[in-house]
Amino acid sequence: MADKIKVATTSLAGCFGCHMSFLDIDERILDLAQIAEFDRSPLTDIKQCSDHVDIGLVEGGLCNSENVHTLREFRKSCKILVAVGACAINGGLPAMRNHIPLEECLEESYLDAVGVENPQIPNDVELPLLLNKVHPIHEVVKVDYFLPGCPPSADVFWKFLTDLASGREPSLPYELVHYD
Amino acid sequence: MYNREHLLEAAGTPMPLTETEQSVLMRIVDRHAADATQLVQILREVQASFRHIPADAMDSLAAALGIERAQVQAVAEFYTFFSTKPRGRYDILISDSITDHMLGSREIAAYLSERLGIQPGETRSDGQVSFDYTSCTGMCEQGPAGLVNGLTLTQLTRERIDRIVDLVNAGTPVTQWPREFFAVKDNIRRADLILKTELKPGSALKWSNTRGADSTLAEIEKSGLRGRGGAGFSTGMKWKFCRQAKSGPADAPAERYVVCNADEGEPGTFKDRVLLQSYADQVFEGMTLCGRVIGARQGYLYLRGEYLYLGDHLDRVLQERRRNHLLGSNILGEPGFDFDIEVRIGAGAYICGEESALIESLEGKRGVPRNRPPYPVTHGYRNKPTVVNNVETFAAAALIGLKGGAWFADVGTEKSKGTKILSISGDCAKPGIYEYPFGTSIRKILDDCGATNTLGLQIGGPSGIFISDREFDRVLGFEDLPTGGSFMIFDRTRDILEIVRNFTHFFAHESCGFCTPCRVGTSLLRNQLDKLCAGHGAKGDLVELTHISKLVKNTSHCGLGQTAANPILSTLERYPELYEQRLRAKAFEPGFDLDGALEVARRMAGRDDAHAHLEQEAVL
Amino acid sequence: MTAHTITIDGQQVPFIEGQTIIEAATAAGVYIPHLCHNPEFTPHGSCKLCTVKVNGRNCSACTFPAVDGQEVLNDTEELNETRRAITQMLFVEGNHFCPSCEKSGNCQLQAVGYFLNMLDAHFPFFYPSREVDASHPEVMLDRDRCILCELCVRASRDVDGKNVFALSGRGIHTHLIVNSTSGKLADTEISVDDKAVHVCPVGAILVKRTGFEVPIGQRIYDHQDISEVSLAMEESVAGESHGG
Repeated sequence: MADKIKVATTSLAGCFGCHMSFLDIDERILDLAQIAEFDRSPLTDIKQCSDHVDIGLVEGGLCNSENVHTLREFRKSCKILVAVGACAINGGLPAMRNHIPLEECLEESYLDAVGVENPQIPNDVELPLLLNKVHPIHEVVKVDYFLPGCPPSADVFWKFLTDLASGREPSLPYELVHYD
Repeated sequence: MYNREHLLEAAGTPMPLTETEQSVLMRIVDRHAADATQLVQILREVQASFRHIPADAMDSLAAALGIERAQVQAVAEFYTFFSTKPRGRYDILISDSITDHMLGSREIAAYLSERLGIQPGETRSDGQVSFDYTSCTGMCEQGPAGLVNGLTLTQLTRERIDRIVDLVNAGTPVTQWPREFFAVKDNIRRADLILKTELKPGSALKWSNTRGADSTLAEIEKSGLRGRGGAGFSTGMKWKFCRQAKSGPADAPAERYVVCNADEGEPGTFKDRVLLQSYADQVFEGMTLCGRVIGARQGYLYLRGEYLYLGDHLDRVLQERRRNHLLGSNILGEPGFDFDIEVRIGAGAYICGEESALIESLEGKRGVPRNRPPYPVTHGYRNKPTVVNNVETFAAAALIGLKGGAWFADVGTEKSKGTKILSISGDCAKPGIYEYPFGTSIRKILDDCGATNTLGLQIGGPSGIFISDREFDRVLGFEDLPTGGSFMIFDRTRDILEIVRNFTHFFAHESCGFCTPCRVGTSLLRNQLDKLCAGHGAKGDLVELTHISKLVKNTSHCGLGQTAANPILSTLERYPELYEQRLRAKAFEPGFDLDGALEVARRMAGRDDAHAHLEQEAVL
Repeated sequence: MTAHTITIDGQQVPFIEGQTIIEAATAAGVYIPHLCHNPEFTPHGSCKLCTVKVNGRNCSACTFPAVDGQEVLNDTEELNETRRAITQMLFVEGNHFCPSCEKSGNCQLQAVGYFLNMLDAHFPFFYPSREVDASHPEVMLDRDRCILCELCVRASRDVDGKNVFALSGRGIHTHLIVNSTSGKLADTEISVDDKAVHVCPVGAILVKRTGFEVPIGQRIYDHQDISEVSLAMEESVAGESHGG
């Protein structure tokens, strides 16, 4: 039997909604398991990509330095990198902060807001720093495919992965293209 | 993209106008007979009096002119010489053309900025002075150039900047500044048909009165004269179409217009400025002749705002012509030959050089090109048949009216009759105005102006093409190298990509914003070139640059967008290696500075540890 | 009267003297993608989505007059590629966050994106700061979603007779303004029944308290693509038009 396709997934500045939607393929996951195995993913709790991953599914945009590191790890490890969902593709909901200067966001959250005690900007070196703006992932690495939707439906994942697995150029018919 | 500060300020209540201010405003309106088509002229005066267009003035103007407030605001926010926030009592702009750069304008501007203590785009806190960059002011062979309160400054040096700063700080009125600061030279180096043939004011009109309008038109047609703005449409045909066009109901008096396009905004072009300075009578004679041929009673000369200093001179010439019965009713005693000319001045918008945008501007609107067809010859100013011709075209037409079509058609080539006046600037010993018969080779021109070690030249301005040193045997003319007359010469010390970047920034700044591909595409091109020039370009970026260029070229609404990518496309074709040298080896590189994007967070968290930084690493 | 025809992608399409290419196409049941065009209003020609090839040259179908014998190319891979890129430009220029937009599912920009199988916005985003005007009790204006098509400008001027909207600024800074001293909708005569309020192809002008009324699955473009919807709505208008 040929080697299984290695799939890695992650959520950057996203809500895991795309992952939940992926799991909505329901019992088809058994078929998927026949041909694919999961590498780094919240589904496996594996924390690092192995060297040669076939497909990386990235949910969420880039809002901080850690997101950038994770995305780069995916790009380096994955033959095919896929932007999954509105946030990965255009920044999505998190990008709605983009018209507010970061200073104001931080001041409002940690210094000036009602009910803040001991106001200070968190500065632990363990914490990732925020980027000035939230960016979609194609602005930082090359992306091979895009699966739009908030979230993309389970059928989108299914169509895309089965296309790839059977060597077809992935394509989405009209009913599966949604930006919401 | 308007920024947040602007929004917050806009939300505040503007200061109501005082009674005095209100009366100043109304005097301006009265001077223009409360004519809404003169909105750009009116706003020019409001800007000059108030140093901005106050929000309250917009309401008063709208009421006084009987137009919507939104129109006043839209026009105020379209033209770069208008500002909705107060500018300094001395408003200094430095010309940002590549030819100014080559003469050291960026260093001069940096010095000015340092001496004034303000950055480009800022107004000093005491309200005394503002400073910014502006598109080419048409002083390419006598730069670095600029404008102070709209008036042309030439040959700026550090010493001159020192004196200007002193005058500004002392509050000396601009009218009392040394005259030599404002001296504009003609620099005519080679004169031929147009610049050398003497035309006594009125002589072409007299001849036309004798032989009649039909015969005059026939001479223009016989001359083979084609529009000198660059597009090269047959002048005779244009006049004929306009003459034949219905101007309204058969029983109504015919209403047609003559418009002279003196919105010489193409960077590197300054020959119209010289014609208007020293051959104004000839230009007006050509316009009047056109008026006679097409049956128009009114002409307009639309002068680019950067040439404000020519306004008084032109008005004086017009006055003189009226006194000599060369304008007005029954010109030179010919019953029913009524024609007059008015000078209208623009306010900083390259797009108004496009004839239908120019007409919109003449009508007191934003300079947005119209859909065509219909063309101005049938639906022009006030929707009436209108001839719009370039300054040089009218200057040539006047002489043809006097000397006849054959005299003109004898010179030049089969498809390009007569001569072309060139504005030559850049790397050559003798920049200035050169008039050549069509068919002259580039090599000859370069020899004449003393260009050595030439890398290439930009012909026809940024919207034209870049030709390399392998193409110097090409010739002037519609068959080979058509041009509006801009000749910018670059020697081997110049960086082609920087030149292209300057042009691309220019188009992004001047796009009117009407159609999607030009509005968005010119900004995308600007960003893409900036990325490349900053050393962050990867292979994919070149593909992307070409892709966007073709899109903008092929789908834009008007000539601006259709030519905006020419500098990129024509240099990519000739010098692909120059672009490739700038690329990183990687296939992909982020378009923004990642580490810079953490700067604010670092500062606010007071961190500078290793985890607080990102490398601009390119993956794959 | 002689019969006038053009061909679109090889198909004979009749037209009436004075009609534009898009008017002739729509009347014949041929869809040409468009956003700023609406057959009820003066042709505009700014979005450039309706770019077609006429005798080999790119033209805007919504403004270009049909002339006997024209060979028009419309549904080609090259033109659809161009239209996809123009749609992507509109997406990156503004702030179009479909998941949080009340117009989602009924939005023409989105529907054109679906029709052209646009899966991403391709270009870097501009993320501009644009003002939201919620001052009016019934109508709201979210400029983040404005695509500068001027349909509201035309509707308010030509149908409502109120001139509530205009475009201002220049180039990439072009923006929609409201015709009042405060610049706010509340200070205009706009009312919820105005044509201008209902003509917006995107979610820039919305009637308050009506958002998300139609459940997902029943919205306009959930099951029908914009070519079907557009033809169904515009064919009758195009049939009546006698040309501009």
